[in-house]
Amino acid sequence: MLSIETFILVSVIKIVITIGLLLGGVAYTVWLERKVVGHIQNRWGPTRVGPFGLLQPIADGLKFIFKEDLTPPHVYKPLYIAAPMLALIFALTSIAVIPFGNWVTIAGIHTPLQITDVNIGLLVVLGITSLGVYGVALAGWSSNSKYSLLGGLRASAQMVSYEIALGLSLVGVLILAGSFSLREIVDAQGGTFWGFIPRWNIFQGQIVAFFIYLMAAYAETNRVPFDLPEAETELVAGYHTEYSAMKFAMFFMAEYANMITVACLASLLFLGGWHGPLFGPPILQAILPLFWFVLRVFVFLFIYIWVRGTLPRFRYDQLMAFGWKFLLPVAIANLVITALIVAARA
Amino acid sequence: MLHLILFSVFGIICVAGAVNLLAQRHPINSALSLVVVMGSLAAEYLLLGAEFVAAIQVIVYAGAVMVLFVFVIMLLNAGEEERTEGSRVALLFGIPGMVVGSLLIAWVLITHSGNVTVAIGALPGPPKTIGWLLFHDYLLPFEVTSVLVLIAIMGAVVLASRPESTQRKKEG
Repeated sequence: MLSIETFILVSVIKIVITIGLLLGGVAYTVWLERKVVGHIQNRWGPTRVGPFGLLQPIADGLKFIFKEDLTPPHVYKPLYIAAPMLALIFALTSIAVIPFGNWVTIAGIHTPLQITDVNIGLLVVLGITSLGVYGVALAGWSSNSKYSLLGGLRASAQMVSYEIALGLSLVGVLILAGSFSLREIVDAQGGTFWGFIPRWNIFQGQIVAFFIYLMAAYAETNRVPFDLPEAETELVAGYHTEYSAMKFAMFFMAEYANMITVACLASLLFLGGWHGPLFGPPILQAILPLFWFVLRVFVFLFIYIWVRGTLPRFRYDQLMAFGWKFLLPVAIANLVITALIVAARA
Repeated sequence: MLHLILFSVFGIICVAGAVNLLAQRHPINSALSLVVVMGSLAAEYLLLGAEFVAAIQVIVYAGAVMVLFVFVIMLLNAGEEERTEGSRVALLFGIPGMVVGSLLIAWVLITHSGNVTVAIGALPGPPKTIGWLLFHDYLLPFEVTSVLVLIAIMGAVVLASRPESTQRKKEG
């Protein structure tokens, strides 16, 4: 056990590093998206600011800070101001229980690579992300504009609907691991079948669940093809139509932070977390798990962006029908089959 | 000690949220106060050691039920309520009734709980214990409740689909 002072110090350091990495990740996911979508559409994407446009996120951030923060006169002010804060707070909080790697010992302090290890980690993430809808819904309502209101309504209905399919797709993984702790779920995926197929949950029969999770996650984070709450061809910009400057940027950051959290969760639950081949000198062996984890998150984010550059947007009734009539029954079937197999094995 | 302070703080936030729920004139502010009540209740459960119940409280009540409340308020575009003088019945019976009721509850709690106080964190509620209780010891009540919920869902479907079917009859 650590003494209370060391514990607080270590926690603060971990929080600062994690939030810093997350915000850096957000900035460069935006850059990656602009670059990749640009190349998909036969354009260059950002090229002017720095080499390969690498300084573009910093320039954008500065621009957001110095822009005029306009508050339209017709808004309901308390909630109009609170909504972007809520969105960003919930988006940043859910990273707290995500583990990035195994336990490490630095300067005699033995600590997990994670802000806090709770034994209901997965439920905490689901709970916090389920609160994130308030930011979007309240932004839509408090803006007092029809486009925003429609965006907010769509967001709340969509997120509540897809949360069910998302949650059910994870239950199969929970049955296999027998724990809510993200660390234990990852530990259960170590090793290989017959020496070459890794024991990731996706290869343990959860491949259907993985695709349900993938699709439900797109809807949860309001991304193409399910970005109906901000469908710019019909709703101007949806729930953030009336927002400008840093308040708009906060919604933007919240969306990308949620994407990263969802990508982390997918790697932890389905793709074996930080498990991967270890080789080389001890220092490389210490860094490799982190590298494997980040690689998985990167691949997941790349697929996100790829899908955005490829697929058209759903219609709203199609979105609801897809969620309730296809994803939900498939998720329930997957859950029943997984439970039967585990029960038969035991 | 820290537990006790946090427990009292969240208790105060919870009661303040409940009072604010009644005092606010706009439905959406009331709904958000209820979210605060749910959230602080979850924190109280967490402090008592019932992590699973706390997480479910947030996911189900704050994350789903209250989102639907807010959704309905937004959909109906409910405006501010008018402030009335209050009915005479509420003044004569409601407030005294509430005072007597809360005093009664307080009296029962103080006299009948004796000196036995439950230490904070002494009632552990890990998911496995709760799962065992639900699916083993209390399996029948649990399943009966789920049938009840199923009936409620079917009722909602019937109620929601009725206008469409009458419309079809008219068209046919």
